Amino acid sequence: MQRIGVFVCWCGTNIAGTVDVVAVAEALRNEPGVVFSDNYQYMCSQAGQDLIKNAIKEHKLTGIVVCSCSPRMHEATFRKTAAAAGLNPYMVEIANIREQCSWVHKDIPTGTEKAIILGKAAVAKVNLNTPLTPGESPVTKRALVIGGGIAGIQTALDIADAGFEVDIVEKKPTIGGKMAQLDKTFPTLDCAACILTPKMVDVAQNEKIRIFSYSEVTEVSGFVGNFDVKIKKKARYVKEELCTGCGACTEKCPMKKVPNDFNLNMDTKRAIYIPFAQAVPKVATIDPDYCNMLKNGKCGVCSKVCTAGAIDYTQKDEIIEEKYGAIVVATGFNPISMDKFDEFAYNQSKDVITSLEFERLTNAAGPTAGKLLRPSDHKHPEKIVFVQCVGSRCDACNEKGKEYCSKICCMYTAKHAMLTRDKYPDTEVYVFYIDVRTPGKNFDEFYRRAVEEYGVHYIKGMVGKVVPEGDKLIVQASDLIANKQIKIDADLVVLAAAIEPDKSARPLATMLTASMDTNDFFTEAHPKLRPVESPTAGVFLSGACQGPKDIPETVSQAGAAASKVIGLLAKDKLTGNPCVAQSNEMMCNGCSSCERVCPYGAITYEDKEFRMPDRSTLMRRIAVVNPAVCQGCGCCTVVCPSGAMDLKGFASEQIIAEVDAICK
Amino acid sequence: MQVNEYKPLIVAFCCNWCSYAGADLAGNNRLNYPADVKIIRVPCSCRVNPMFVLRAFQRGADGVILCGCHPGDCHYTSGNYYTRRRMTLLFSMLDYLGIERERTRLEWVSAAEGAKFAATMNDFAEKIKALGENKRLEDLRCKK
Repeated sequence: MQRIGVFVCWCGTNIAGTVDVVAVAEALRNEPGVVFSDNYQYMCSQAGQDLIKNAIKEHKLTGIVVCSCSPRMHEATFRKTAAAAGLNPYMVEIANIREQCSWVHKDIPTGTEKAIILGKAAVAKVNLNTPLTPGESPVTKRALVIGGGIAGIQTALDIADAGFEVDIVEKKPTIGGKMAQLDKTFPTLDCAACILTPKMVDVAQNEKIRIFSYSEVTEVSGFVGNFDVKIKKKARYVKEELCTGCGACTEKCPMKKVPNDFNLNMDTKRAIYIPFAQAVPKVATIDPDYCNMLKNGKCGVCSKVCTAGAIDYTQKDEIIEEKYGAIVVATGFNPISMDKFDEFAYNQSKDVITSLEFERLTNAAGPTAGKLLRPSDHKHPEKIVFVQCVGSRCDACNEKGKEYCSKICCMYTAKHAMLTRDKYPDTEVYVFYIDVRTPGKNFDEFYRRAVEEYGVHYIKGMVGKVVPEGDKLIVQASDLIANKQIKIDADLVVLAAAIEPDKSARPLATMLTASMDTNDFFTEAHPKLRPVESPTAGVFLSGACQGPKDIPETVSQAGAAASKVIGLLAKDKLTGNPCVAQSNEMMCNGCSSCERVCPYGAITYEDKEFRMPDRSTLMRRIAVVNPAVCQGCGCCTVVCPSGAMDLKGFASEQIIAEVDAICK
Repeated sequence: MQVNEYKPLIVAFCCNWCSYAGADLAGNNRLNYPADVKIIRVPCSCRVNPMFVLRAFQRGADGVILCGCHPGDCHYTSGNYYTRRRMTLLFSMLDYLGIERERTRLEWVSAAEGAKFAATMNDFAEKIKALGENKRLEDLRCKK
C-alpha cells in the first residue's frame, strides 16, 4: 500500500478564489492510501516546496499528489522537489485545479466539487504509480539551422562561438534573407547591408559553420540529441567549389529577361546570376526555367567564358544525410499577396507598390540605383501616400488578410516617410493609419521626429479606394479626426502589407512534428517562460517564424535560441523520458501488431528461451521495446491483442483508475 | 428555480501536446465551460483504448469526448490517424448498440485553440444535457 501525501495549493486567489482549498484537502484526506493532506498559499514557492519535502520525510510518503496549476507548468518543479527529498520523481501526480478548474468555473461549490474529483482521480492514479528511472542517450554535438536570414545567421554564429559545429540550410542561392533586401533600418537608420554583410562574411569564414545554400530539408527523423536529417541540395549547375564569383558569366549570358526576384521582379537578371554583390556564398546559379542550354541544349556561353571551369550542365539534385543534436527553425516571413486587395489597385497600376518594393526602390543596389522613381514612367513622385495595416488587424476580412498586428509596419513606414522627406524635401508625404504603434526603445521618439522634424502628414483613417486616373492615383480616404472624406492625387502609393510565415514553414512543422498556431506561426513551449523552444524537444525557434518581429527582437531571440541549443549540446548524455512502452514477455505472443503501428520503429522482435514447468525449454518470439527510441505515445498498447504491451506512467490500469474515480 | 438540475457526467480524454494545452489556454483566457467536464491527460489520443471509453459509460458517464492534435500535427506523427479509425469504428458500434451517436465525439483541438476547446465543451455538454442520463450502458453492479 502506498503512503500518499496530498498538497493543495491556493495559488494566491487564483485557485482559492473559486475553490475551497481547505475543503479539498479535507476531502482527499480520506481517500485510500492518503496519510497526509495539507494546503498552502504558494506550493511552488521555496516554503511550499519545503513543506512537501518535510512531509515526505516525516510521514515516509511513497507518493504525492499536488493539486495546483497545470502539469505543463509545474510538474517538473514538483518532481525535482520530490527527488530532493529522496522520493522517485515519477511518484508525483498533479491535479490541474487551476487552468482546468478554478479559472474556468465561477462559483465556489462547483469549483470545489470538481477540484475534489480531480484530486481523487490523481490519488487513484498515484496509488498505481511505480518508481521509474529514465534511460540515457548520447548527444550528437552538432546543430542544424533552417533558414539563413538574420535570425539563422545570428543563431549559427552564437552556437559556433561556443565551439559547436553548425550547418545552415537556406533555400535561396544566398544567405541574408529579408534583411539583405532592406535599405536602412529603424530606429537608428544605419544601412542594412552595412550591419548584415559583415555577419554574412563571418558565417562564411567561420570554420565551425557550413552553409547549404539553394538547399531544402526534406526529411527529419529521430529525436532530441539524435536527429537524422535529409537535405536536398538543388542542382545550381555550377560547381560551388570551383566558382570564384567573378561574375563574367552573369554579364555574358544572352538570356536577359529573367525576372529578378531579389528586386521583387521590378527589373531583370540573366539566366545565370548571383543574387547581389555581397552574396554568401558568392557563387553563380543557373535558373533552369530560363537557361537555353538546359532547355534546348543550345547556348553554352557561360561555360565558355568561365575560366574556372565551374559550369556543369549535367549537375543533379543531391541528397545529403546528416546527424544533428538540435534543430533551430528560422524560416522567417513574407509579405502577403496583394492580389485580393483590389481596392488599392495594386494589380492595375505599377505605381501602387508594397513597402518591400519601396525598400528596393530606395536601395542604392536596387533597380533604380537608389533614386526614388515611379516604376511606371521613371519620374520623380511629388506626392506619396503610405497606407498602413493593409491586411493586418483585419477582423472582417479574414479571407484577405490577417487578424494579427504585423508589428513592424508602423516603424518602417515612419522610416520610409522620413527618408523620403530627407532626400527629397519637396515631396509631400501622407501616412494613413489606424493607430501608430511604437513599443520599442527609441521607437516613439523616431516616429515623433518623422512628424515634427520632417513634416510628414499623419492622417488617422483608412483608405477606401485608390483609382488610377491619367498618371495620377486618386486616393479616397476618411480623416477620422477632422471627420471628413478626403481625396489626394498621389504619384505613388505604398502599401504596408501584412506579413505571414514563409510557405515552407507548414511542411517543415509536419516533418519536425512541431506545432503551429492558426496563422502558421510556430508555437512556443510556453508563451512567456519558454519562448524560443518548440514543444517538441530539441527543436528551437528563432525570428519571425514564431511571430512578427523587428530586427533587434529577432537578433535577441536568435541569441536566446542559440543559448538553449548550446545548453543542450554541452550535455554528454540526455536523460530520456521513462514513460515508455514495455512488453510483458510472458503474455506477448509475437504477433507484430505493435511493430506495425510504432511510428519510431522502436519495437523489434527476438527469440527468447522460456523454461516450462516440466523443465523443458521453449523458444518464443517476443516484442522488445528500445526505450531510447520509444517516445511514449502508447499507440502499441491499444493494438496489442493479448494486453502484453503497456505504457509506463500511463498504464491502462492507471487510466482506468482515473476513469473510475471521476465516474464514482 | 430548479433545485435538482440534472448535471451530466462527461469524461474528456485530452492528448498532452495539443488538446490538454488547448484546455490550459481556455483556462488562461478564463473561457467558461461546464464543470461537468472532467479531463484525463493521455500522452496521445492514440493511447485511449476503446476499453476506456466503454469503462466510462459502464461507470455511468453520460458522454465521452476525445480530443487530439489536428490531422498532420500529431506530436507522434501519426497517432491521431489511428485514433480516428478506432473511434469511428467504436462510435458506430456503440450507435448500433443503441448508444446515441451524440454521446461520443472526437474533436481536434490544437494548443492554440483555447476558444475552440471551451466552445466544444459547451456545445458537447449542452447536447448531453438534452439527451439526459445514459442508462443503457451503465452497469448497475458498479453502483454501490
